[in-house]
Amino acid sequence: MSRLFTEAVLIGIVASGIRLAVPLLLASLGEMYGQRSGVLNLGVDGIMLLGAFSGYYLVLRTGNVWVGLVMGAFIGLLLGLASAVISVTLKAEQGISGIGVYLFGLGMSDLLFQKMVGTPIPISGFPDLDIPLLSDIPILGGMLFQHSAVIYMAFAAVPISLYVLNRTTFGMNIKAVGENPEAADSLGVSVTKIRYATVTIGGTFAGFAGGALAIDLGIFQQNLTNAAGFIAIALVYFGAWRPMGVMAGALLYGFVNALVLQLKTLGIISRGWSDISAMAPALITILALVIVARRFRQPAALTKPFTRGT
Amino acid sequence: MLRSDRLRPRLGGYLVPIIAVIAALLIGAIILLRLGADPIEGFSALFSGAFGSTDALIGTALKATPLLLVGVGITIAFRANVINIGGEGQMVAGGLLATTTALVLPDVPTIIALPAVLLAGIVGGAIWGAIPGALKAYYGVNEILSTIMLNVVAVQLMAFLLRGVLIDPAEIERGTRIPQTKRLMESADLPSLFGSDRLHIGPLIAVLAAVGAYVLMWRTPLGFRIRSVGLSRDASRYAGVRVKRTIVLAMTLSGAMAGLAGAVLVFGSESHRMVTDGSTAGFTGSAGFNGIVAALFGGLHALWTIPASFLFGGLLVGGNAMQRAVQVPSALILALNGLVVVFVVSSDRLRRRLLSGGSEKAEERSSSGPDPGDGDPVSSGGGEP
Repeated sequence: MSRLFTEAVLIGIVASGIRLAVPLLLASLGEMYGQRSGVLNLGVDGIMLLGAFSGYYLVLRTGNVWVGLVMGAFIGLLLGLASAVISVTLKAEQGISGIGVYLFGLGMSDLLFQKMVGTPIPISGFPDLDIPLLSDIPILGGMLFQHSAVIYMAFAAVPISLYVLNRTTFGMNIKAVGENPEAADSLGVSVTKIRYATVTIGGTFAGFAGGALAIDLGIFQQNLTNAAGFIAIALVYFGAWRPMGVMAGALLYGFVNALVLQLKTLGIISRGWSDISAMAPALITILALVIVARRFRQPAALTKPFTRGT
Repeated sequence: MLRSDRLRPRLGGYLVPIIAVIAALLIGAIILLRLGADPIEGFSALFSGAFGSTDALIGTALKATPLLLVGVGITIAFRANVINIGGEGQMVAGGLLATTTALVLPDVPTIIALPAVLLAGIVGGAIWGAIPGALKAYYGVNEILSTIMLNVVAVQLMAFLLRGVLIDPAEIERGTRIPQTKRLMESADLPSLFGSDRLHIGPLIAVLAAVGAYVLMWRTPLGFRIRSVGLSRDASRYAGVRVKRTIVLAMTLSGAMAGLAGAVLVFGSESHRMVTDGSTAGFTGSAGFNGIVAALFGGLHALWTIPASFLFGGLLVGGNAMQRAVQVPSALILALNGLVVVFVVSSDRLRRRLLSGGSEKAEERSSSGPDPGDGDPVSSGGGEP
């Protein structure tokens, strides 16, 4: 155990926990916008997978990680828009249509990968961006300020989302539409437009998250996300539909995973026990869902399509 | 939540799923073209690989078996207005309990061994379904999320057990440590059907389960209660139905079906072992998800889920033939299945509007109206095939 409590190892756990939290944080924040406006998008994992493949593929072809990241986000935007058509305009059952989008993304990303790339070729990941001065702080610098730009961007999205939701008209409209679409509609807020916007934002975040994941890992493979998109959806509930809560959930996931990984690498726990420990985040999430279900109320119009005049 | 009367196959309703599949196949043809493959060649390979010979039909029946079992379970849960996305985890749980049972049982004859392992599979899946059911009924936990989380837990449990206590001792001796059990007891092998060396009684079990679920849902008071809870929780409560218990029961039955699918997968496999590659799909072949596709396509009706499963099983089997013929990965089929789901649920409201011949408002009123409970109502009665 003493091997665990060395400075280098602890810094490593925190730093890699933050890194592992990023795709979840991004996807989860995006999903939060949709849910706040009353739309549950269950297709996040499928969008992430297609974002991941397109990001990976572009980096493979151009060698530029930023081009890949933008491509991932763009594919996410298109799929987010498609998801909005499905759940807002066509009013499809949200608990199920998202599974369709997921299966589409799972199959399509695998298909494109096998057809266009074939064998996994590693790509170069994001360069680390050490923040001047801050990165030199002992311990804390290594934990927090020696990451890639994507990681800072992901965490910057938290206060930005907080601001958008609570301090802008757009944010107020999102919440109004999610709580009482009839009232929002009668005040001249277009429920359809707001929901299109939030679901598209969610898709863009998911595609971006997928691209960030693939580029960070430097690889693509079938089912790369391994259900991260579904965990991201659960984290929105976990965080009680609030940006800070979502971030706390994503970080918890990241840290637990980083800790398990490190314990395994150091040989403190066997492979078998690391399988057991890997259940911890899912079990914690279920527990959190129980607590949240008792203490917080979900957006009143969540999963309910809106039809004017009923 | 799920207005399954919209999905119920009747009149023009028959057309909706079929148009959905045709639309998905058209998109598939475009994808094939874009990838430089001949769609006609690809699809003819797909259909002959799925339905073109006795051997192909056997493969299709075997592939359809877990889809049908999971799908039958889905019809029960969805009819109770509970969205069970946990088929994958419930299959794993059923497979694990069935496998463990086979490993601890002494050498007993088939007449004991086979029912024992199948029952163990049912119990394993039932437990894995009852947990999210109880969490929903008593704690208000969203079942979509809890079932997905339990999928994650199940796959880790599978890795833990198959690398640990359940591992084939020979794997340890050889040092290869492939996470798989030894060859399980022969007396628990699923007996073959018609003297075939591939076809076993798995498909028969699945069809019997579908008939059983049909009788349960449409011919018994319990089935009526499950459907009534799906229709309106409040009305059911006033009528004296114990809503919470019914929700748990529906999820338990749903999980039990998926668990049986897991047991059938293990004891009907060619290696007669339980093996993991570390992913859920490595064991289930995504049947936990594709079963949802089959159930939706079958209008959430157990008997209609039989041909639906056969169709989707065929597409999955034929996908491999297509891959060989035009070098387009069979992952295409999974993508197209996703599109079928999207098209079926998206066209649902449109179809109802067409059927009711009126505006969206009229259609809204003609439906059962908003439920003051925590979700939209599920199904209407009826649903005879």
